[in-house]
Amino acid sequence: MHHEITLTINGEPYTIAVQSHHTLLKVLREQLGITSPKVGCENGECGACTVILNGLAVNSCQVLAAELDGATIETVEGLSKDGNLHPLQTAFIKHNAVQCGFCTPGMLMSAKALLDHNPHPTEDEIRHALVGNLCRCTGYTRIVAAIQDVAGGTKDD
Amino acid sequence: MTSQTSNPVGKSVPRVDAFEKVTGAAKYVDDMAFGPGLLHGKIVHSPVAHALIKKIDTSKALALPGVKAVVTGQDNPTHLGLYLKDRFIFAYDRVRYVGESVAGVVAVSEEIAEAAANLVEVEYELLEPVFDPYAGAQPGAPLIHPNLGKYEVVNFIFPEPGTNISEHFKLRKGDVSDAGVSDAVWAQCAAIVEDTYTLPQIQHAPIETHVAVARWDLDGQLTLWAASQSPFAQRDLLSNSLGVPHGNIRVISPYVGGGFGGKAGISIEANVALMAQAVKGHPVKVRMTREEEFIATNVRQSLVATYKIGCDADGNLLAMELAYYFGGGAYNDYGVNIARAAGYSCTGPYDVPNVKGDSYCVYTNHPIGSAMRGFGMPEIHWGLEQVMDKLAEKIGMDAADFKRRNCVRTGDTILTGMTMPQVDLITCIDKVTQAIGWFRRGEAFQTLSQDAPKRDQEMPRPGKVRGKGLAIMWKAPAMPPNPGSSAIVRFNEDATVNVYVGGQEIGQGAFTVMAQMAAEALGVPYEWVRVSANPVDTKYSPYEWQTVASRLTWSMGNAVKAAAEDARGKILDIVAQYWDEDPADLDIKNGVVVSYKSEREQPLQKMVVYGLPNDNFEGWQGGPIVGSGKFMPTYVTGLDPETGQGARAVVHYTVGAQAVEVEVDTETGQLDVLKVASAYDVGKAINPDLVMTQIEGGAVHGMSSAFEGLRFDAQGKPLNGSFVDYKIATALDAPREIHGDIVETPLEDGPWGARGVGEHVMVPTAPAIANALYAATGIRFNDLPLSAEKIFMALHPEGPELSCELPR
Repeated sequence: MHHEITLTINGEPYTIAVQSHHTLLKVLREQLGITSPKVGCENGECGACTVILNGLAVNSCQVLAAELDGATIETVEGLSKDGNLHPLQTAFIKHNAVQCGFCTPGMLMSAKALLDHNPHPTEDEIRHALVGNLCRCTGYTRIVAAIQDVAGGTKDD
Repeated sequence: MTSQTSNPVGKSVPRVDAFEKVTGAAKYVDDMAFGPGLLHGKIVHSPVAHALIKKIDTSKALALPGVKAVVTGQDNPTHLGLYLKDRFIFAYDRVRYVGESVAGVVAVSEEIAEAAANLVEVEYELLEPVFDPYAGAQPGAPLIHPNLGKYEVVNFIFPEPGTNISEHFKLRKGDVSDAGVSDAVWAQCAAIVEDTYTLPQIQHAPIETHVAVARWDLDGQLTLWAASQSPFAQRDLLSNSLGVPHGNIRVISPYVGGGFGGKAGISIEANVALMAQAVKGHPVKVRMTREEEFIATNVRQSLVATYKIGCDADGNLLAMELAYYFGGGAYNDYGVNIARAAGYSCTGPYDVPNVKGDSYCVYTNHPIGSAMRGFGMPEIHWGLEQVMDKLAEKIGMDAADFKRRNCVRTGDTILTGMTMPQVDLITCIDKVTQAIGWFRRGEAFQTLSQDAPKRDQEMPRPGKVRGKGLAIMWKAPAMPPNPGSSAIVRFNEDATVNVYVGGQEIGQGAFTVMAQMAAEALGVPYEWVRVSANPVDTKYSPYEWQTVASRLTWSMGNAVKAAAEDARGKILDIVAQYWDEDPADLDIKNGVVVSYKSEREQPLQKMVVYGLPNDNFEGWQGGPIVGSGKFMPTYVTGLDPETGQGARAVVHYTVGAQAVEVEVDTETGQLDVLKVASAYDVGKAINPDLVMTQIEGGAVHGMSSAFEGLRFDAQGKPLNGSFVDYKIATALDAPREIHGDIVETPLEDGPWGARGVGEHVMVPTAPAIANALYAATGIRFNDLPLSAEKIFMALHPEGPELSCELPR
């Protein structure tokens, strides 16, 4: 069965027909060609598919697209503005917070959701915000440092 | 080209792949579009660990609307394998582990393929399974591969037909026989430690699972898109197994979302190729689910290791008897070489006069043990580095001093008889002990200097105990004797340069250091270099054996350097002729040819493609500049099968040390790693910050591995095939303090002296944690993983104190 939904993705309006059992992740990747959210487990365990849904970081593999009429979605494709990288993207490059890059889009979206709500988080708060985003390469050190850099220093831990 | 980095080798320039990866533009196989003709595949896995296949009925699956083909082992019963051809692509007459590929279904959608996979009916006749590698190696154990003697095998692997032993490497040095080190030697030992250590199989757990897409054209051309560390090796394996010319197979591999060895060699790619052969003209895609990734792709081998090691009263190591039983899983086509590597490096980084080592790869009815970061070294160091600490304690010596005294040095004749190439392990030990605030045995906690880290001055919180531990390591690239690399360097009109390589960017930063080396050798700024290797494509990329063994910086780097020097030489020849000078007087600096003799200058722009015009319109000189280069070690020799002795067992070793501080909650058994300090001798850090990111990421990978383990029920069924049940380290688990030091003792045949540092960084972590855990609790743990439950039970052998009565 198909459902027609209207939603905003990276500031652009979309009206699309989606199947009942298709997740947001599947619709983004296979229907709309937005491939920065990655398929890592499809169980909500790894965070590689993280997008921002109505201001909150969510695993897009755990959301049914049919439920998203009226929703606002942000992905990495929408992070840079007017040809300029988002400060988080710049910081990830500067701190070498990227290795294989597969977790990177999800990490960026979790980080953005955190900073949107809490612009100056402590290291603890940053690490808690990333706990649902698994990375096998970096050991997380550089990712945390990049986010701290954007946050402009942190409160006392 | 705003910034211009001259002479970039040794500088922490930004990664060449970072921009694509932070913008979502980087494409992985799963991100590629294949059009409406794409079909989806699903693999049918064995539900039993060891059985004969009596019958496969695919009729119900084929009858499902939307199903295009079902492929079984009957369709192609030829063998496949890297060092030992012991596998069928799909199980032929028997299955040997839960998860083995039995059939492949191709359908118009993922959903239909999955539904059809459930309709494939297989009748099994159960056989007695073998799960323990030590038991499996004993006479009389049920045979997993009765045809072992008939398999094709390379000439440096020694299977023992009629047993489950797929490789037996023997190391004999000094006063030893097959019975062991002589009694006379043991009699000189002031201390002897004998112990057994075990590790379970673990998963690489890259965040990207295996993905492969294959298409056969009607003219017999096979194209495979794969998340792969080994595009060329896969082409070779498929060519040999399917009887298709190498030139008719094209393997394309874009960015890889984490490898760690799991995407080395061949896994599902051959299955997908066979599935696509049944529906020629259509691409067929298989993406492993996370559960499949855990059980049906490669894993790290398990190990049962026994050690008997002795030293004299001054702490000099005198004797080692070592037996390593690797649980190789159902197929050991790659795993045999892990046991071999563990055999020729069995002593660890120690100089020992008398050694008897036996390293076995043993078939078990568990998932396929294969390459994983460290390739046997994390496994053997787990016990070895604890035994060294126990010996040091027995003779009353500080563990760091004991390791300094016994560790290998440049020029030593090591266990295989080869001369140790350049290393400086002692400096690595010095660096990490200093960084962790090591205090020698007997030194009081309070005697630490004022400038010691703040935490060292603090006492642990109530209910917590702390300890520090040290481990050292070595690892050689484990390869056939002649793995080759090649590279091409091509100039564009504006003197930007494209560098073509066939090695893969799996996150380690290979493309970046290749760009640095090319720029350095050419004499152009780093920003002028583009690495044209995404995707690696066997049709266009120069040959590269595999992206494994931490070999790219060294081997592919040498090829890139040679290609750049070739191009540079061509440019200098042209300009020298043009100026009527000697090429030896010319150089390229910052993209300009300069003469030290005449002080003339010639920018590279335009001339590297169009050449240079003669005076008075009398023709041109030169032409488009393309350089090529290769590298292959030519000096590795065979080893005596009875003693493991030979002139040159390996190309070189990378060494390092790690020290950790842990905190244990005595009420819960929870272990936290507070700090890790690492130091590795990388020869020359081409990009120091990228070396640091390897050191940091490897420390956390190593820490995580100490808590990981695949679990199986009594029938061999996996119990924890998900990230919920199989935890890998999160941002909260990772140590907050990760310190790294880079030691640079140049390697003779490394580019600018460099050697690899990809795998080494996780080798010493687990034993360093175990040594710290002992320092904190006084308890030794011989078996991984170090679960909180295991630690708790050891701390409370009487059982937990319960605050309430249990209901009766």
